Formats: sequence, C-alpha cells, structure tokens
Amino acid sequence: MARPQKPRLAVWKFASCDGCQLSLLDCEDELLAVADRLEIANFLEASRAVGRGPYDLSLVEGSITTPHDAERIHAIRRASKVLVTIGACATSGGIQALRNFVNVRDYVSAVYPTPQYISTLNKSTPIADHVFVDFELRGCPISKTQLLELVTAFLHKQKPAMPTYGVCVECKRRGVVCVAVAEGLPCLGPVTQAGCGAICPAFGRGCYGCFGPKPLPNTAALAAHWSEAGRRRGDIVRAFRTYNAAAEAFRRESEAHDT
Amino acid sequence: MARPEIFFPAVSWIRLGGLMPGPGAIAPRPAALAAALLAQADLERLIQLLARDHRVIAPVVRDGAVVCDEIRTAGEIAFGAVTEQAPARYRMTMPGDHAARWPTGPPATPWKRVLHPSELTIWRAVRRDGRLVFEPIDSGPPRRLALVGVRPCDLAAIGRLDAPLRDGPWPDAAYAARRRGMFVLAVQCTEPCGTCFCASMGTGPDAGPGADLVLTELDGAGPARSLLEARTTAGAAMVVALGAAEAPEDAADEAHLAVDRARARMGRALDTSQLPARLLAHFEHPRWETVAKKCLTCGNCTFACPTCFCTTVEDRLDLAGETAARLRRWDTCFSVDFSYMHGGSVRLSPRSRYRQWLTHKLATWHEQFGTSGCVGCGRCITWCPVGIDITLEAAAVADTAPRTGPTRRTGAHP
Ligand code: SF4
Ligand code: SF4
Ligand code: SF4
Repeated sequence: MARPQKPRLAVWKFASCDGCQLSLLDCEDELLAVADRLEIANFLEASRAVGRGPYDLSLVEGSITTPHDAERIHAIRRASKVLVTIGACATSGGIQALRNFVNVRDYVSAVYPTPQYISTLNKSTPIADHVFVDFELRGCPISKTQLLELVTAFLHKQKPAMPTYGVCVECKRRGVVCVAVAEGLPCLGPVTQAGCGAICPAFGRGCYGCFGPKPLPNTAALAAHWSEAGRRRGDIVRAFRTYNAAAEAFRRESEAHDT
Repeated sequence: MARPEIFFPAVSWIRLGGLMPGPGAIAPRPAALAAALLAQADLERLIQLLARDHRVIAPVVRDGAVVCDEIRTAGEIAFGAVTEQAPARYRMTMPGDHAARWPTGPPATPWKRVLHPSELTIWRAVRRDGRLVFEPIDSGPPRRLALVGVRPCDLAAIGRLDAPLRDGPWPDAAYAARRRGMFVLAVQCTEPCGTCFCASMGTGPDAGPGADLVLTELDGAGPARSLLEARTTAGAAMVVALGAAEAPEDAADEAHLAVDRARARMGRALDTSQLPARLLAHFEHPRWETVAKKCLTCGNCTFACPTCFCTTVEDRLDLAGETAARLRRWDTCFSVDFSYMHGGSVRLSPRSRYRQWLTHKLATWHEQFGTSGCVGCGRCITWCPVGIDITLEAAAVADTAPRTGPTRRTGAHP
C-alpha cells in the first residue's frame, strides 16, 4: 500500500537569533525520524530549497519588528494549516522587546551611522498580535523535548503534553535544593512556566524566566518578597525585563517598579 | 518498663500552656525489645550489616543542604550539620561543637522521594504485528530499602502515606513494592528547628510506631554515645548482631529526658483541638483571600511535604507511533490544571487552591484516613519561597469565633 503523502513542514524566521530553529537540527537522533514522517518544504537553516505552500505545519521563530515582517506573517498564515510559534521572540517579543520600554529612535541613532536606512517599528511584538496562532512553544531557546512532543502530537493528532504549571514543579520533581530558600537567590521559578526542566536552579542559579509567565502568576507577591528581603527596585525591574520582558504579566510587574 | 509519670508526653502538653492535642494524637511510648549503647564505630558496623541486603538511604549533604540519598558507609551521613530553618529560609552550617551528631531537623527533601518516586513510567506498550503488546515496567526496587536517620515527624509521615498507598482499598503497586520489608532506624529529636511543630501534631519529638530501631543521642562529655532501642524483632536481631555494649539502667531515662526537653523547644505550635471542625466552619473566612494574595501557587509546600502524594499521568508516544508509555509524575493541588475537568478548572482562584491544600492537610484528611495529614515537620514553612506559615494561617482561620454563613458543604468553590 502506498504511503499517504507526508505532511509538509515549513520553518520561518522573523526577528530572532535562530537558536530555536537550531533546536530542530539539534534533534540529531530523532531528526531522521522527523524527516521520514514530514516533508521539510521550507527550512533555510537546513536547505536552500524552498518548497511552495500550502504547508501543513509552520513553525515560526522570531518577533515582528519591521513593517515588512508585519506583512510577511500574514502570507505565511494564509499558506499554513497549523501555525506554531516557537521561542520567546515569537511568543512574547523576545529580548528585543526591551525597545518597547524606550524610544526606539534613540537606539537607532545610537547604534547605526546612517539611521535613515533603518526601517523599524516602535515595538517588538509576538506573532499572536498579528495572526491567529494554533500553539505556542515557550522558551529561550525552546526545549528540544517539547518540540518533539509537539511534532509527535501533530502527526498523531493528539493534544501535546505541555506543562501549564511553574518551574518549581520541575525543580522539586528533580530534587533540586531550592536556591531561593537555601541561598537567598532571586528565582523566577514560582512565576515562570515550566518546560526547561529547571536547568538553572539545578546549577545553583535562580530561574531567569526564559519560558515566560505561567498561567495566573503572582508576580506581585514575589516582587514584594524580594523588596522585603532588601532588593532594590532596579534589580526587580531587571529580573522581569529579560527574554520575556513584553509578556503581559512580566511587563506589568517590571513597570510597577520602574519609576 | 514503667516510667516515672513526669516523662509522659501528656504532662509536657500541660507545660506547653494547655495546647492539648485531639484525642488519640499521642500514642503510648512503645516498649523496647532490646537496648544497646552505641558508639560511633558501632554505627558503621550497623550500616554495613544493613547494606548486605538493603539499599540504605540516609541524610547526606548536597548543595549546602541535608537531603536523603543512598549511602554505602556511615561516613557519608550528614553528621555535624545544623540546619537553621525559618519561613522561606534554610541555612546549613557545620559548627564544630556539633560534630558527630545527627543533622538537626527534617532533611530538605522528604523521604517520600524513595517510596513514591517523583517520576515513574507505569506502563509501556509497543506495536508488534499489528497488536499492542504491554511490557512490564516497575517491579519495585531490586533490594529492600533501609531508611536510616528518620526523624519522628517523618516516621509518622510514612504511616500517613501507608494509609492511602498501601493499606487502602486501592494500594499503589509501586509504593507497596518499595515499602515491603523496609527497615527503619529513627532518630529521636533533641534539637528541634525553628519551623518544627511535631509536638503539636503528636508525632514527635519522640518516635512513634513504625521504626525497627530508635536511636537517641545522649549528652555528656566524652565521645558521642547514643541509646539504640529495638522496637521490632528485626530491630532486636540487629542489636544482637551488633553486639554493642548493653545500655545501662539509666540510659533510657536520660534519653527520655533529652527528648522531653526538646518538646518544650518547638519552633512553632498549633492548637489542634477540634481543629477540623474549627477550620471547616470558616470556609469563607477573609483570611483565605489574604493568604492568596501572598501565595505564589508554586506548589513547593506540597512537594516538600512528606505526606502529599498526588500525581498526574502523561501519555508519551514516539514519532513513529510505535511505542507508547504512560508517565506518572508528582502533581500539586496548587496548579491550575490539577482541578481541570470538562469545561475548565474547578479551583481557578489561588484562594480556593490554598484553602483546598490547608483544609485537606488539617481537616478533611481526618475524614478520609482518621488522622491529620500534617505531621508538623515544618517543611512547607521553610520551603515556601515567600514564607507562608501553615500554623499561622490555620490559627487565623480556626481561632475566629464560629459565625453563621456558608460552610464547606454549601460554599461556592472558586
Ligand atoms: S529554586 Fe526556584 S524554581 Fe526551584 S523551587 Fe526554588 S523558587 Fe522554585
Ligand atoms: S503540611 Fe507542612 S508541616 Fe505539615 S507535614 Fe506537610 S510539610 Fe510538614
Ligand atoms: S504556600 Fe508557599 S510554597 Fe505553597 S504554593 Fe503558596 S507560595 Fe508556594
């Protein structure tokens, strides 16, 4: 019996560092299995060949930062049956969303010798602000395990098993000694969505919040606890203002301390 | 063995200021089948005897904390560690004057990690010739477990886990397998921590039932000595095999006095009289909202708790769709998805999630299993990243005069 036609996969890049796309190449052992089950129609990191749409599954990396990209994402959405955003840039605007808190013109003139050539938007925004997104994979970078889970779930028409709880859950399952309690380090684990496997606490560092806010995070209580412990306002602002600075809960919390 | 009445726990309850525990909270002190005076060198022999046919787990030092892990020699035990425990604060030090003494307080990681693993594949199936073939997975530990250095609160916690996971109508195969033939050496407490309140819960500082051997460190000058008492025939056999010096007449009294002194030095206390009723009468108490404002719903209290045992399952499929596995993982009533049912989560508000946890620990556990779900180890207080204190929260709710208004049975959930 002839195998039915393979679903077609496309990988797209917007403002980003390519790290999340590389997670796909990083799958090594499983990559052949992925290629066996999906036709890789568009993946510039892996091949120059660009297959035309429509695509069954589009993985979109990066945020929208230019007028041109704000147009391009609509074309990709139209050509994609299922569109999944991958990584903090695509899901919340990424580290480049730090521009959202300042006047981007000031940055442009400070960085570029001829600023008039730069066409850029005032804000770095997630893909979901522009088009409908079927699923989001969090992380800076995304987790390879979650990416494979997503592709597997897509292929077998299942709901992907993804955590909606905080990093502390993974941290405690792993048996890590809490660095917040035992060392007094600031840790974003209690308000950050799980997915990384609590890598940083396992290496003696507080969580940096790479996977963005968990559902209904109590950022205010965590920040209040830090203040009571003597942390300066500026430190609290910086803790919430990293890879997911523009994610709603983190943005609100950093702004509450930014005076 | 008759004891002067002064050493009986009930007497010191009165000394604590009338915090009488609920009926049945204090078990009579079990009698020793054999007793020996243990020197440090005897302990190494004891570990070696146990290690012959057990996987020995004991408190060890890792990442600046005392955690439970496998040991091969007594030298790996966290002797000399003193743990300072306060709300959201844990610091371990090794003061010289404490050398050779057992680490103080309950370890950072609960013993349930070895009995009720945080992650476990409960079944795996492969597609073979068009059929699904299920493969056996967990056959329990290859060797029996020996838990060495279990504090009384944690000893009681194992009993609390036994009720649902081993002795209930639906025993948990993985737990029961690990529990079978398990040997326990408990160490009674003479130096409670700042977050300890076992005396209030009737679980310590003396060791209740469940231990094969009970060790008590004796004070005094000279090399460290401890009293080792056997509570089971397995424990007695170990005492005989050790051939340690027989305990002098007064050693048991000395040990008892040392433990009794600890009873008066608990870091915290909780009035448990009628506590379930007093808590459930205040299901709409404003304090639930106050604590919810502070609670991060991170679940650390439940993972640190030695009696919380909730799990969730996740199904795993490989890319090719040829193998499927079901993974069981620790879960927490603080996560939104924990109460997910058709249409959404039942306990969305942090208020309902904190209230669910506290009232289950201290009230509804009694209805289910006839005991409190809390053994007073204080871990939830120490390991809460914002230092929420179960004894303060419970008292704030329960100490309010009963009022009319919705109670648990009529109150709206979220
Ligand atoms: S180290 Fe961070 S992530 Fe881990 S339990 Fe503590 S607060 Fe949570
Ligand atoms: S509720 Fe808190 S004090 Fe009670 S047994 Fe659990 S962790 Fe220990
Ligand atoms: S009480 Fe503390 S440890 Fe428990 S969920 Fe709330 S913040 Fe986390």
